[in-house]
Amino acid sequence: MSADAQVVVQSHGVGLDRSSPIKRIFTFWTPLLAFIVITLFPFYWMLVASLKPNRELYNLRTFPFWVFDPTLDHYRYLFTNTLYATWLLNTLIISIASTAISLLFGILAGYALARLRFWGAGVLGVAIFVSYLVPQTLLFIPMFDVIKTLNLGDTRWALILTYPTFLIPFCTALLMGYFKSIPRELEESALIDGSSRLRAIVEIVLPLAMPGILSAGIFAFTLSWNEFIYALVFITTTPMKTLPVGVVNELIRGDVFFWGSLMAGALLGSVPVALIYSFFVEYYVAGLTAGAVKG
Amino acid sequence: MSTRVTQGVAVRRPASTGRLNDLLEREGSLGLILMAPAVIILAVFIAYPFLLGIWYSLVNARIGVPGTFVGLDNFIANAQNGIFQQTLKNTFVYTAITTVFKLVLGMALALLMNQHFRFKNLARAGLLLPWIIPTALSTLAWLWIFDSTYGIISWVLKNAGLIQRNIPFLGDPTLAMGSVIAVNIWRGTPFFAISLLAGLQTISQDLYEAAAIDGATAWQRFVHVTLPLIMPVLTIVTLFSIIWTFADFQLVYVLTRGGPTNSTHLLATLAYQIGMTAGELSVGAAISLWMFPFMAALVVAVLWYQRREQGL
Repeated sequence: MSADAQVVVQSHGVGLDRSSPIKRIFTFWTPLLAFIVITLFPFYWMLVASLKPNRELYNLRTFPFWVFDPTLDHYRYLFTNTLYATWLLNTLIISIASTAISLLFGILAGYALARLRFWGAGVLGVAIFVSYLVPQTLLFIPMFDVIKTLNLGDTRWALILTYPTFLIPFCTALLMGYFKSIPRELEESALIDGSSRLRAIVEIVLPLAMPGILSAGIFAFTLSWNEFIYALVFITTTPMKTLPVGVVNELIRGDVFFWGSLMAGALLGSVPVALIYSFFVEYYVAGLTAGAVKG
Repeated sequence: MSTRVTQGVAVRRPASTGRLNDLLEREGSLGLILMAPAVIILAVFIAYPFLLGIWYSLVNARIGVPGTFVGLDNFIANAQNGIFQQTLKNTFVYTAITTVFKLVLGMALALLMNQHFRFKNLARAGLLLPWIIPTALSTLAWLWIFDSTYGIISWVLKNAGLIQRNIPFLGDPTLAMGSVIAVNIWRGTPFFAISLLAGLQTISQDLYEAAAIDGATAWQRFVHVTLPLIMPVLTIVTLFSIIWTFADFQLVYVLTRGGPTNSTHLLATLAYQIGMTAGELSVGAAISLWMFPFMAALVVAVLWYQRREQGL
């Protein structure tokens, strides 16, 4: 591993790379390719397994890295013999709703923390940041009780209301950074012209903060789509499950694995986040680093 | 970060506006009004469950049974339990090993990605995938890769004549722990790489050229120019990753469910098995709470470091 790092370092520094093309193959292309292959192989492997008919999938004599007789049977099985479409819909509804709530509340709180001077701002800012670092696994048992008390067990609301606990802090922190980067003078001139503060926020600040809002939204949507433990604990019946939990818990029955449809379900369930991400990769990276680095 | 040029706005609105409008115009009240929705959600679903969790850990509740006060009995019982001791050790080993690898590999990948080459954007998009895709789903691919009969690693090694029998990646306690660790590294390295890459891109090329003119070797440039300048990013990213890894759940849940014979449990998966599957709410809540001191120390470290960096 450290050998890798050293190799990389040698060719580091774009402007002063004197290394020959041959050397570059070893110091740059080989390690990069190794990273890419290891990173992407599991996804390729899912795709291959999802397209193989069972007689090919469970045959140790055929060359395994290729599909010789592709079939969509495993995908068909998902939609005819399981509640896959229902899980997909549940996940979509929950992700959109919790993202919308978190964005709205995050915009309000982020603006307040970035711009307004009020009693308790410092403490509330730290509290929101700290709650970003509270893992779901610390709270799921008492949370199970809270959900039961509120009569939300086994409903989509259980997740729509609890996902914002990790989305709001993130959205707030990210948007606070964005709001701070917008010059105050723009709002102030509007206020001087007689606009109300809320109107100045909606008409001047929000349009300028759009890139930040978009990246917070994408990130929040991805996080809700990927959430697992709350969905596992709060949802008990099969038709209410989210996609990740449904695939993991319903397609594996005891010791019987339906590998083809399991891989098909996993791959298909990854497509929405992968698509959104590929369209907005720049915003995503900006959000990721803003969230991680600026907090 | 940004210095405040003007403090507030010295403009009073006409007195004709109503009381509500007045509340919405004054910074002191508007600030609290805007914060309220976020604060209420976090109070109901984080602060209250946290206190409830502490209460749970001090009684002997089971699913459907409220329980009575037992003091620290649950924690004492945890500490004396062999499976718990193993789990606590696993959690630290898992966090330590994966963090070191993710840091070194992520740094290496970031340095590679910081160079100019064709298809760079495509490569970056692909390399970030393990971080984007739902962990529970991508881990299923690894479950298939590690399968005891049809696993591809065993197939390749067998056909290359290197092994006679399939490797029990998830069937042997040590190998299973190793497999879980490997998948976490696979999943977490992109986050380090992309965050560190963002840090690297802020470093001016002039610094490297100046160092090169002064005769610094590539390694010296890395240690004396690159590392100090990305230290803030590196520290925060590492602390964040440690927090997430320490509290990890789904990867182990999908790959091994804590097995074979409870050898790969993390605190979160053991808490789930005891608290939810077995219905021992109080014991499970206590197991979860063992994370708390460690988490609290890390959170304080993050806050302290950020304050220092921002010079507050």
